Amino acid sequence: MGGPGSDSIVASSIIVNAYAQGARARISWDFEGENPGLDARAQADRTAFAPLVETHLANTVLTNGARLYVDHAHPEYSSPECRTPLEGLLFDVAGEEVMRRAQRVANETLREPDAVMLYKNNSDGKGNSYGCHENYLVRRDVPFDDVVRAMVAHLVSRQIIVGAGKVGAETDDALASGATYQLSQRAEFFEEVVGLETTMKRPIVNTRDEPHADVDRFRRLHVIIGDANMSQIATLVKLGSTALLLAVLEDEGVSVFPALPRNPVRALRHYALDPDLRVTEPDEDGRTRTAWDYQDALWQLAERYVARGGGSVVSDDPAQVHMILTQWREMLDGVLDDPASVADRIDWVAKRRLVEGYRARYSLAPTDARLRAIALQYHDLRPEKSLALRAGLREILDPTTVREAVHKPPTTTRAFFRGECVARYPDAVTAANWDSLVFDLGHGPLRRVPMMDPRRGTAALTQDLLEKCETADALLTALDG
Amino acid sequence: MAEQERIKRQRTERTSTPATGEVTVDSSKGEQLKADLDELLDEIDEVLEENAEEFVHNFVQKGGQ
Repeated sequence: MGGPGSDSIVASSIIVNAYAQGARARISWDFEGENPGLDARAQADRTAFAPLVETHLANTVLTNGARLYVDHAHPEYSSPECRTPLEGLLFDVAGEEVMRRAQRVANETLREPDAVMLYKNNSDGKGNSYGCHENYLVRRDVPFDDVVRAMVAHLVSRQIIVGAGKVGAETDDALASGATYQLSQRAEFFEEVVGLETTMKRPIVNTRDEPHADVDRFRRLHVIIGDANMSQIATLVKLGSTALLLAVLEDEGVSVFPALPRNPVRALRHYALDPDLRVTEPDEDGRTRTAWDYQDALWQLAERYVARGGGSVVSDDPAQVHMILTQWREMLDGVLDDPASVADRIDWVAKRRLVEGYRARYSLAPTDARLRAIALQYHDLRPEKSLALRAGLREILDPTTVREAVHKPPTTTRAFFRGECVARYPDAVTAANWDSLVFDLGHGPLRRVPMMDPRRGTAALTQDLLEKCETADALLTALDG
Repeated sequence: MAEQERIKRQRTERTSTPATGEVTVDSSKGEQLKADLDELLDEIDEVLEENAEEFVHNFVQKGGQ
């Protein structure tokens, strides 16, 4: 976010509170049971710092089941739990609209130079980075070491199609390389292969073992390495490819996955610095592979899995799984053979086209501030300023559906129950967490309703009940029955 | 307290994929993009923040995961 002279925490609070006032009363976050310090590894690194739990900052829960709050010093939108990658995309884009509305309300009372500006990006160009985290539900019986072995190659190589692009560099190693353009916003900030931390010594695979669900049945893979995408298709393929590969892991085990890069952190960074996609890295078997080679192998793995009848865990709709595979393939072939053909889908290609075109038109040095301004403004959420909106990116969501998703939760997960309760009983829902809701009925003790399975609490399971219960009292009585 | 799910009647799960109607994308747009670059650069000139140096300098976002 930006706002010259403004304090980031104050500005973030203004954004969250602006939206909360426009909609519902503030609902606090229920921190009971939050344990971001738990490590998924049997032998954890005891020197790592557990992430801070910030209990005092602005927070609210939206009727679409999302959480909107101040995290560290930025406003954060955590989308509701979704059943499919396409729903994940829908509620990601709805989050942009939430932020846009919050910004508009906040700026009705703030004037230049204090107006708040929001950017959906992952670094400020000065060495500060902040993530766009993905979370995937994984079966608990998959050993965590297998998750690491299966996912590292994907997480270091997928940036060639889902990287958001960056002008210049911010960290010592990347600066020393003389990079003028990187595929990913996040890559240069990663220093470890596996670890618990998220703000320093960032790991390619984060070990936070906090499923926000029944710990005996579920893991939540907390992916912190991704870029925030402006391209809808990139978000879809980012979520879809990762979900498909996790499904392959659950059903076929880790042995079908390609050998890891021998040095994953180096591979991640080297791949990021090479828009020509030629750089190779040795794998553990002594083969050398480009990022594209990895993605090609992983796509084939996913494609064969779907051809054998897999994929329903990612979406019950075969057309959606097909779309993910098709787009993933087209992006891979396009980015290698004819990048211009995928400038309508791949953010780093679209952004580079603007930057390179502008540089050539005015014969600018690669370090010119105007090129950095273009790169920043690509992510500007204001429609009158956004360059992503002007870059010719394909939209696959219906704008009406997006507007609905700002208010209505997905029907297919427990987010439905959360969002509907916030909408129907705004005065009674006093606190929430991903796996519970806390009601204050105005009499007796606070009542916590647990939701330990993210796949339940759906419209199919709860809508009739909610419609019958006009008050939270009635709902709680029915739940007790 | 009973888990809220326990008392629900089971019935066929309704699946909702709000945008699957939109799965088709045409592939001609890539070509068109090439021709549009000049127009796009004109548009950038119109909306790009005037003082790029100051704009970029002022964007600081500390404290993130």
